[in-house]
Amino acid sequence: MPIRRDNRGRYVEVEPRRAEETAWLRCRECGELVFRRKLKETNHICPRCGAYFFLTAQERIASIVDQDSYTTLTADYTSTDPLEFVDRRPYQERLDEAQAITGLNDAILVGRGTLDGSPLLLAVMDFRFIGGSMGQVVGDEIATAVERSAEEHIPFVLVVASGGARVQEGIVSLMQMAKTVATRNLLAEAGVPFIVVFTYPSSGGMLASVASLADVTIAEQGAMIGFAGPRVIEKTTGERLPAGFQTATFALEHGVVDQVVTRESLRAELAKALHVLTGGAHG
Amino acid sequence: MVDDSSIRALEDKVAELRQMMETGDVDLREEITLLEKKLFSLRREQYARMSDWDRVKLARHPERPRGLPLVEALAEAFYELRGDRMGGDDPALRGGPALVQGERIMFLFHHRGSTPEEQRACRFGMATPQGYRKCLRLMDIAERLHLPVVTLVDTPGAYPGLQSEEQNIAGAIAQCISRMLALNVPTVAVILGEGGSGGAIALGAADRVLMMENATYSVISPEGAAAILWKDSSSAAQAAQALRLTAPHLVELGFADQIIPEPVGGAHTDPDKTADELRSALGEHLRALSSSSLDELKALRYKRYRNAGSARKPADQT
Ligand SMILES: [Zn+2]
Repeated sequence: MPIRRDNRGRYVEVEPRRAEETAWLRCRECGELVFRRKLKETNHICPRCGAYFFLTAQERIASIVDQDSYTTLTADYTSTDPLEFVDRRPYQERLDEAQAITGLNDAILVGRGTLDGSPLLLAVMDFRFIGGSMGQVVGDEIATAVERSAEEHIPFVLVVASGGARVQEGIVSLMQMAKTVATRNLLAEAGVPFIVVFTYPSSGGMLASVASLADVTIAEQGAMIGFAGPRVIEKTTGERLPAGFQTATFALEHGVVDQVVTRESLRAELAKALHVLTGGAHG
Repeated sequence: MVDDSSIRALEDKVAELRQMMETGDVDLREEITLLEKKLFSLRREQYARMSDWDRVKLARHPERPRGLPLVEALAEAFYELRGDRMGGDDPALRGGPALVQGERIMFLFHHRGSTPEEQRACRFGMATPQGYRKCLRLMDIAERLHLPVVTLVDTPGAYPGLQSEEQNIAGAIAQCISRMLALNVPTVAVILGEGGSGGAIALGAADRVLMMENATYSVISPEGAAAILWKDSSSAAQAAQALRLTAPHLVELGFADQIIPEPVGGAHTDPDKTADELRSALGEHLRALSSSSLDELKALRYKRYRNAGSARKPADQT
């Protein structure tokens, strides 16, 4: 939840409604209020406890690709609001607002770039946009990127930051699971490597589709990786969940990921994996 | 909707007259026939007025034909295969080869159970990674032996539990979607009751998708959507309508090919008739699919899911 100063100068948490970004953010681990500009200097790591704040898609891309190597392939798709969905607010209003706050069309950016000189196709999700949920646009952008990757024989890297399916698109969002998985099979036929990076959070329908089908799966420290949220599990089963449930380490211990890395070492880890998978063909 | 008082009163009256006819020596057949006619037209009227939320309740009806009893009614013979060969067997998600109208089929289906003990054991049709991994195994067998795969989807969702997470339920679902999309045999999915979220699409991406008249198919339960978006679980009826989860909506959106009619009042009022309708629809679609070449089938399948619910392209905007 964003933090802003109210008119009496107090810091309060607010719903992210207004079309601007707030200046202060609260650490979800230690509760510290951190000045947004300060976070840019610390690689978006909490100066007090070391927890990771999420990166925007643009920041994540910049942290991975070689400088000036990135060109966007994002096709400027937008949601058709297929169900004309209205809950307490019209979905279209939520979309307009998320677009105004993030400057994105939807919860994903795709593009091409190089990493240590080796080309890759990159799809990066942005948690700020309706929780990084997967609807039509995320589905189509991933499908398009994967098709391009298979055609051009360039490795595909997907960085997940998603709470799951876009509920406001209902069954249409569920179909994106089938869509993204269908295209993933093209990479297999073309023999093109596919790497997934799990960040905070990687869950629900996003996790139960294309994101779980990579050749190499890397989790960023601080990631949350799980199909169902802890509250849903506790409510349905009455089970008490262990400490460290659905953390990156939990995923590693249960055989769900190949590697857990710090934010600083993600780039080098990706380079290493790509080097081995492609035989350094493009190095 | 089923507890409409005028229908209840009529039902009671019919029962009373029957009782009288059995115990006493009076001929009340005419009266009974008349009342039954009236009852039927009331039911039909009410059935036509059903809201989407009413359909959700019908889809979940405890006596709805489903699971193992339905498969046994559909097939002349069924041989259940158990276990994922990796450490367990899930009673909530089952399957095996069957003969239906003399044709071989591999059935995969959710099972909710009928007694309270069985329902608990089946977690009310919420399948675990073991269930989905068993399906992967059975799909391999179907491909080896050239059996078309028919899935009967009826689940509130995949089971959300500690062990599910430890055993990577998300990965098991993703693999099921992937395996089904790549199968070298024809596939038909029937949304039978509740088509709940990832646990349903795991077995839903087929060449043909059929929906029972009162089945629902959604990314989230109306209760779940109400809690998340309305912040109020009593808004479930409203959420059911907003989610467009009924069969006519699914056909309109292009995600279902056919609605299989149910008897007036719902499938549970006449399980035999329900099974007959389903059997004949399956036969029809499987015959149509088997007349296409595998290459055609797989090309159409790819196109179907690649183009499912497309976003607006910049060129579309004027
Ligand atoms: Zn902190």
